[in-house]
Amino acid sequence: MPVPAYSFLLLSGVVFTLGAIGFMVRRNPLVVFMCIELMLNAVNLAFAAMSRYLNSLDGVVFAFLVITVAAAEVVVGIAIIVQVYRAGRQMDVDELDLMKD
Amino acid sequence: MDILAPLVLLTPLAGFLVNALFGRLLPRRVVGWVGAGSIGLAFLFALLIFSQVLGGQKLDQSYFTWWQSGDFNVPFNLYVDALSTLMILVITGVGFLIHVYSIGYMREDSGYSRFFAYMNLFVFSMLLLVLSGNLVWLIIGWAGVGLCSYLLIGFWFERTSAVLAARKAFVMNTIGDVGMVFAAFLIFLNLRVLDFQGLFGRVHQLPRGGTVITAICLLLLVGALAKSAQLPLQTWLPDAMEGPTPVSALIHAATMVTAGVYLVARMHLLYDWAPTAAATVAVIGGVTAFYAATIGTAQVDIKRILAYSTMSQIGYMFLAVGIGAYTAGMFHFMTHAFFKALLFLAAGNVIHAFHEDQDIRHMGNVRAGLPITFWTFLIGTLSISGFPLFAGFFSKDEIIRAALSAAGSEFWLGLLALITAGLTAYYMFRLFFIAFGWEWLAHDDRHLHEALPVQTIPIVILAAGAVVGGYIPVASFLTPVFGRAVEVGTGAFIGLAALSVWVALVGFALAYLLHARRPELAVAWRTRLGPIHTLVEHKYYIDELYDRVFVRPGLALARFLNEVVEPRVIDGAVNAVADFTLLEAREFRLLQTGRVRSYALVTLGGAVGVLLIVIWYLGYLPWRSGA
Repeated sequence: MPVPAYSFLLLSGVVFTLGAIGFMVRRNPLVVFMCIELMLNAVNLAFAAMSRYLNSLDGVVFAFLVITVAAAEVVVGIAIIVQVYRAGRQMDVDELDLMKD
Repeated sequence: MDILAPLVLLTPLAGFLVNALFGRLLPRRVVGWVGAGSIGLAFLFALLIFSQVLGGQKLDQSYFTWWQSGDFNVPFNLYVDALSTLMILVITGVGFLIHVYSIGYMREDSGYSRFFAYMNLFVFSMLLLVLSGNLVWLIIGWAGVGLCSYLLIGFWFERTSAVLAARKAFVMNTIGDVGMVFAAFLIFLNLRVLDFQGLFGRVHQLPRGGTVITAICLLLLVGALAKSAQLPLQTWLPDAMEGPTPVSALIHAATMVTAGVYLVARMHLLYDWAPTAAATVAVIGGVTAFYAATIGTAQVDIKRILAYSTMSQIGYMFLAVGIGAYTAGMFHFMTHAFFKALLFLAAGNVIHAFHEDQDIRHMGNVRAGLPITFWTFLIGTLSISGFPLFAGFFSKDEIIRAALSAAGSEFWLGLLALITAGLTAYYMFRLFFIAFGWEWLAHDDRHLHEALPVQTIPIVILAAGAVVGGYIPVASFLTPVFGRAVEVGTGAFIGLAALSVWVALVGFALAYLLHARRPELAVAWRTRLGPIHTLVEHKYYIDELYDRVFVRPGLALARFLNEVVEPRVIDGAVNAVADFTLLEAREFRLLQTGRVRSYALVTLGGAVGVLLIVIWYLGYLPWRSGA
């Protein structure tokens, strides 16, 4: 029995919402980071599902693109987090407001 | 001839380039002879052109196209006829003598090569002006003459007065240049030509005496007035005496101030077609001649007196070309070039001998120390005063005769010119008696020394011209350009000649009585004429009038703009924009909390909002009917 397309979209929406909420309520930068990945992957899921559903490769190509960007972003992001940790700062995104001024 | 004409132009230009670029490296002797020699070479070429023009040749040759726009192009073309030949002969001939004189006169000056470079450029500009075959190049030469006069009047730029005088001359000339340019615009708008040949051919398409042709002629006149120092743009000429004396000679005799006369004579077909404008020229000329002559009677600076005499003599020329006596005007231009160059160069010797003192009251007894200068100056004085058989006599008489024999208002101008002739004789002999002094005046033990031969020989040559220049048949030479001059009966000729000689003699007698025989009378008369004398001595307060009417309001306006409009309005607007931006920015900065999570919230809200709007427009919202 084929799984209907809307169930994938529903799952994708739920995962994305979880990621967004997590991004806003958590204060540990690492967890915030994982929430971003969660959102990206929710989108990837939607891409892949619609690609299959519409019989088009476009969505898959986009998914690969997102994965690549996410990988690059993780490298930079983790590097920043490590540097901030080394600088002896508190691991709390609310405290990291040096860019304000 | 098509090769000779550019050569006349190019030799002074080459002299200028050599002296301007390498003048500092060359020895002084070379600099001087390059400067003078280039003009002398140009004079030789001019003589060759003259011999060909005598043979009846003319030239209107285009050498290259300067610029082109659609079917309109401005060529570089030269126009050589009897009129321009006369001009280049005088410019290069008299100019050459002045250059030779300068070799001696300027020998101690530190700006020796700069001086000769400017002088050559001056002659080049003037030659370009008179040889050009279209209005564009004429205006370029015109502006070049103005520039060189600025550079040379302000030659001794360490002196404030020289700089101010140069600036004044430049501003006055620029007023004239604007008139010239607008005249060219009008000509092009109405006739679609800028070259002389086409212009002279088409001018009769305009209605005779109509607004357009009158406006063109009056605008050209503005240019001519500024260059030739006629009323009301005359104030720069006396101040131009700040330049070295050879410069004054060059400006007054060969170049610059005669450009206005040349312009009117060159455009004579236009002025014949606009009688009102021509009458304006005549009136301005006559009045300026009289005005300047009266001022000349009360000055004590030798060069200023000569400057006013130039203004007065140019007034004669304007009077002549204004009433249509073009040959008479050009004839006077030529004789004037001889005796005025002579007077200035001789005055330069005197000024040098008296250690740069220009006050005629401090001079005297020149004959013992500077005999050549003394006698040549006397010849020049006799010539300018119109004594019989001297050059000035023939040419001035011709103008007065032409004016007096014309019907109507010209008659009064002729009468004015006649009175001016008497005034001329008076002020020139006043200058002569006071400054040069006979033995019964000023016996002193100052040891005066005659100038070098390089200075006196040109003066002697000019003196020869001032004597015999009147016998040159200029009128018949110019006949191809202006047509045959009106013949005057022998009786009228002798009668008018006798009249003008009598007037000149009265002037001479008055000068002799007041300044040689009984000087105490002059003092008595000065007090009796009190206010009039003061008025004349102060040049009718024209400078003060212009100061009040133009300069000071201009300065006040500039000060107002600088002190009120600039800081309040212009800076105010700029500062207000900056202040407002800063103020608003301060409020908007509060949005930047630095909290990542609030940014995220806003971003998410924005994304959802955009999504909703897009969906709304695409019609996918379930509660929207008809989706």
